[in-house]
Amino acid sequence: MAELLANWLDFLPPEAAGALVDLVAILAVTIVVILCVAYTTYLERKVIGFMQLRQGPNRVGFRGLLQPFADVLKLLVKEIVIPGRANRWLFLTAPVLALVPALAAWAVVPLFPGFAVADLNAGLLYLLAMTSLGIYGIILAGWASNSKYALLGAMRSAAQMVAYEIAMGFALVGVLMAAGSLNLGAIVEKQAGGVANWFILPLLPLFLVYFISGIAETNRAPFDVAEGESEIVAGFHVEYGGATFAMFFLAEYANMILIATLTAVLFLGGWDSPFAGLIDRQWPVVGILAAPGLFWLAAKTFLFLFVFLWLRATFPRYRYDQIMRLGWKVFIPVTLVWIGVEAVLSVLDIGPFK
Amino acid sequence: MQQIPEIFPLILFYGWSGMLIAAAVGVITARNPVHSVLLLVLCFVISAAIWLLLRAEFLAVALVLVYVGAVMVLLLFVVMMLDINVERMREGLTRYAPLGVLVGLLLAAQLSSVWWLRRSGLEVAAPADSLAFEEGNTQALGTLLYTEHLYAFEIAGYILLLAIIGAITLTLRRRKGLRVQQVSEQVAVRPESRVRLVRMPAEKDQ
Repeated sequence: MAELLANWLDFLPPEAAGALVDLVAILAVTIVVILCVAYTTYLERKVIGFMQLRQGPNRVGFRGLLQPFADVLKLLVKEIVIPGRANRWLFLTAPVLALVPALAAWAVVPLFPGFAVADLNAGLLYLLAMTSLGIYGIILAGWASNSKYALLGAMRSAAQMVAYEIAMGFALVGVLMAAGSLNLGAIVEKQAGGVANWFILPLLPLFLVYFISGIAETNRAPFDVAEGESEIVAGFHVEYGGATFAMFFLAEYANMILIATLTAVLFLGGWDSPFAGLIDRQWPVVGILAAPGLFWLAAKTFLFLFVFLWLRATFPRYRYDQIMRLGWKVFIPVTLVWIGVEAVLSVLDIGPFK
Repeated sequence: MQQIPEIFPLILFYGWSGMLIAAAVGVITARNPVHSVLLLVLCFVISAAIWLLLRAEFLAVALVLVYVGAVMVLLLFVVMMLDINVERMREGLTRYAPLGVLVGLLLAAQLSSVWWLRRSGLEVAAPADSLAFEEGNTQALGTLLYTEHLYAFEIAGYILLLAIIGAITLTLRRRKGLRVQQVSEQVAVRPESRVRLVRMPAEKDQ
């Protein structure tokens, strides 16, 4: 697709054409992510409504399908109130700082065979760096708001994110040891060939740690002490409204989808088909099921996204000290032990670690 | 890889360097300490961008990951918690000024010595091209660190480990009488130890 576009643009100098192709790719991925965010909010309300025996949104459009757009419109035309004695400049920068890393991280995610906006060799590191930057938006929002609730939320959130980032990083170390590469495309290719080759089985503890840390990292229930409606109103974004609040909302959901996609990419073979080892691609009709593609990545992402919503509807909020205990005393030792196990296995040439 | 005109990296380098210097000046002149910390974050990000120009992608991403993503977050955290009196901070300026000038002069002397050596024709640092490897910067760095510089690397690792243990032992203090949740005991609880079932007649004998 990118080549087709490049051929079509051959009247331009090659640098300009290359830049234009990149720009189109960036725009396409960003728009798709933002649309996914819009419909994730709809999905969340419908799924949780269903679990709680309610209808969920059903007034705007067919079965409420236009609800996300109505919400966006409402948020955009609302007035932005800046609290008195708040640090005006930082107050308005914080939502941008939250949103930018959430979208920038998508650059290295391999969406279908041979495509990522930027095929970086150090892709996994880049991801870690980007996800660790999201914390600035939250801390600054809490501090600049000049509000007790916001500051409390920001403090909780910062401590939580720092703790779980370490466990997440170690889980990623396990993945890169198994794949032998920091390039996300190479990691997916290493898992090609059906369920048996996916990292989820050999790296099961790391998979669990990664996904649960991801939930904690995005401040979602049951780890949502940073927002904690019943204790500190809404945490770090209590003073935000209208478009600024919408940006925090967008960042949170973009991060959620990112974590779901990454879990699929790193542990469930990304765009690889689960039937790849079982069904021959030459077979009529069912053979198409064995083909890799964006569809499989989307299906796996949807699965994890559903788990996010499911957990929110199921579990009560963790207490703060229990969150810290889980992060520091359970997850980090588990990942460290499993990295050791992996190292021993790979030295002895056992299993998939070669 | 497309051929990028020669002038383009040069423009980027001077543009970013100018921003870096401006941000660094901002760090020491900003009135609000939180602004200073944020400008320091900006310094790190721009330095990472300049390293990317040298194709040192591992170092650039590691700089953002370690300093911006972890160290500066904690620093920002501390600065926000502190109740800093800006007026009192400014009192010591004249007292510390000579020391600051001395440090500044030392730094300037070091930098200019490099410049002077290079002008006299000595090879001071390897040219930037040598940082770019065919197989990627990360792999090349890893190969070098784990073969040629293995001992230095491991010694550095042990020193860091020692520092971590030292920091923890210095700050760890056990307060007496602190009530801590014992999770293993909670999990091991059996109903029999908490609830006593008593069989009682439903009605009293008349």
